[in-house]
Amino acid sequence: MLRRLHSEQPASFAFTPDNQTWAEAQVTKYPEGRQASAVIPLLWRAQEQEGWVSKPAIEYIADMLGMAYIRVLEVASFYFMFQLQPTGSVAHVQICGTTSCMICGAEDLIAVCKEKIAPKPYTLSEDGKFTWEEVECLGACTNAPMAQIGKDYYEDLTAEGFAQMLDDLAAGKLVAPGPQNGRYAAEPKSGLTSLTEYDSGKTQYNASVQLQMDVKDGVKRIQGDEVPLLTPWVGKDGVVAGRAAAAPTPKAPEAPKPAVKQAAEAKKAAAKPEPKAEASVAEKEPETLKAARDGKADDLKLLKGVGPKLEETLNELGFFHFDQVAAWTDAEVAWVDSRLKFKGRIERDGWIEQAKKLAAGEETEFAKKAKKDGIYDD
Amino acid sequence: MLKDQDRIFTNLYGMHERTLNGAQSRGHWDGTAGLIEKGRDWIIQTMKDSGLRGRGGAGFPTGLKWSFMPKESDGRPAYLVINADESEPGTCKDREIMRHDPHTLIEGALIASFAMNAHTCYIYLRGEYIREREALQAAIDEAYDAGLLGKNAAGSGWDFDVFLHHGAGAYICGEETALIESLEGKKGMPRMKPPFPAGAGLYGCPTTVNNVESIAVVPTILRRGAEWFSGFGRPNNAGTKLFAISGHVNNPCVVEEAMSISFEELIEKHCGGIRGGWDNLLAVIPGGSSVPCVRGENMRDAIMDFDYLRGELGSGLGTAAVIVMDKQTDIIKAIARLSYFYKHESCGQCTPCREGTGWMYRVMDRLVKGEAELEEIDMLWDVTKQVEGHTICALGDAAAWPIQGLIKNFREEIEDRIKAQKTGRMGAMAAE
Repeated sequence: MLRRLHSEQPASFAFTPDNQTWAEAQVTKYPEGRQASAVIPLLWRAQEQEGWVSKPAIEYIADMLGMAYIRVLEVASFYFMFQLQPTGSVAHVQICGTTSCMICGAEDLIAVCKEKIAPKPYTLSEDGKFTWEEVECLGACTNAPMAQIGKDYYEDLTAEGFAQMLDDLAAGKLVAPGPQNGRYAAEPKSGLTSLTEYDSGKTQYNASVQLQMDVKDGVKRIQGDEVPLLTPWVGKDGVVAGRAAAAPTPKAPEAPKPAVKQAAEAKKAAAKPEPKAEASVAEKEPETLKAARDGKADDLKLLKGVGPKLEETLNELGFFHFDQVAAWTDAEVAWVDSRLKFKGRIERDGWIEQAKKLAAGEETEFAKKAKKDGIYDD
Repeated sequence: MLKDQDRIFTNLYGMHERTLNGAQSRGHWDGTAGLIEKGRDWIIQTMKDSGLRGRGGAGFPTGLKWSFMPKESDGRPAYLVINADESEPGTCKDREIMRHDPHTLIEGALIASFAMNAHTCYIYLRGEYIREREALQAAIDEAYDAGLLGKNAAGSGWDFDVFLHHGAGAYICGEETALIESLEGKKGMPRMKPPFPAGAGLYGCPTTVNNVESIAVVPTILRRGAEWFSGFGRPNNAGTKLFAISGHVNNPCVVEEAMSISFEELIEKHCGGIRGGWDNLLAVIPGGSSVPCVRGENMRDAIMDFDYLRGELGSGLGTAAVIVMDKQTDIIKAIARLSYFYKHESCGQCTPCREGTGWMYRVMDRLVKGEAELEEIDMLWDVTKQVEGHTICALGDAAAWPIQGLIKNFREEIEDRIKAQKTGRMGAMAAE
């Protein structure tokens, strides 16, 4: 599926003060220098606050965590829970459509969505209250078919019950999540077949449903004060005990700055006049020959760094022998250099030292190898 | 049948008190410091002796996995990462642990981390489990308040932190190296192995990744002894196990049972039988979407453990997520839906998987309608073989196996449908 940023983006994004506190608490879970780990939880909180993930939110979180924008965009587009387009003002409905739910009637739930919300997924309903999508296995397979709406799982659904539920949600009514067929959690519907020996008198709701009934934050936009993130791991002295006891985590490789920042800095740098490269050595034309002595030129290609093309150029300039190259002074090197259009190459490859050896009839490593391999043989 | 006194998850359905007090009254967090005092080697040896095989699907011996961690720090910290990215279609067992019996997991995390010289544990929870996250975080906060985590955790002298992290809806993050990448704040793309996580995992440090259930059973095994645990199930398939039965049974449920229980007993005792009776059973996927399906008639006497399902039926126990399908099911469509799942969840890193899952789904989609040629069945088989084993992680294999299982077991159904589509008549069965 193609996932890209929405065509219309809000002008800015900021966490609410409580969400900002929450986000900063989240970062304390990771070792120093590894705060990028918090990117998924922070993006998720941005989505919980706004209903979807916008470009300004991505940039805000990237700045907060010192990450390149593209790295955060990658994450936002890779993980399917991030909605990159606006969602319904009341809720985004996610129907589990994978096999267990499909064979138990998920297709009927999807038909309800198509009829009541919009014929196509990710499309706002006419009143703007809902969007829907079919998602992959939500991990409540023994309670199939099921749907996630906001924070909550609505399980053991029927098409009629589900349609009614959407109406109730649209009317702002509280619908208790969890199994809708009278079950408590994931036990057999007809009654317990295990764990029967002890009965403590169960609470009204299972753990997931209880949280919704306590806080009632299932489909609301999260402001950050609903379920605060305590940080009991940060001791009174500000030390995270387990982290302090272990060896320090290796530093992360340094991430490049966001491209726009790089561009801004480059622009700033370009505005300053570049210090002129000093003309280092005055050029002086060395002695050249019209043709090789006795018509027998040395094989300049045996110099490391000189190929057939460069040899030709050197010949044209009037150099045919190793001893000529060996005799170049600094000024003469500069003269040749400027005509070869290979700045610094003569020094870098050590032509003069090589040429001295070759002129004296010695061998260099490269020459030996070149001859042995016959790399320049026709 | 397993007796209640031998069940590890005594609050699986959350009907009893879910707080720390409740957990303690059921025997959790009992003498944790004493277990730790017995030392690293004792813990690892007991885990090896118990015969516990990883509960995340692959069934790798847990004690052995722990022993791969370096004995002494080389200047890097070690990490335990708990894989709570329960996304394998059919699987919903860890959810029950995390929301209803979270203290089994937290206590297990402390002991397992100590055994691996780790002072920090990350629990990577799938993003959709929002209420489970809140429930588990509340339990962690409680444990900190009671001094069971943090400095000198549970009076053991070991400083230890548990951090709850979550993903955002990517099945691939259940693969251990993809999970580590995701935990570092990147796209969940699996890493090449080696180096294995025990050498260089999270933040480049020695890391062990274990499934929730594998860790949550640890304290009870240590308290009751390796022999107690290995007393359940056949040799090499020891212990108790959470089974999640979904689909066409009368009472789908999650239940803890002894390994090597027969399929028939599991269904009859806990699920109220097959919908429409045993004669109406068409097929079973015995271990989550990644294992090949098995024909119903072969399944009735099947023994639910790693070795039987793999050796005798060419399938696997996987996560023990049993998907039951009766004869009203369109089996081709059911498997095609899984192909769509793998296409959707392929991370796109390896070409055989990225292209293959899409290709396989498109062919499967035509097979559902019968709009295909007979020879395309063999072609599809060939393609699954080309994907299988040619990718960095096992998602390619997982995408190939359900289709192979379908072709092996239900070839005539596919052929009938193609013929029916060609002739415009129903298959031979309907003509009777």
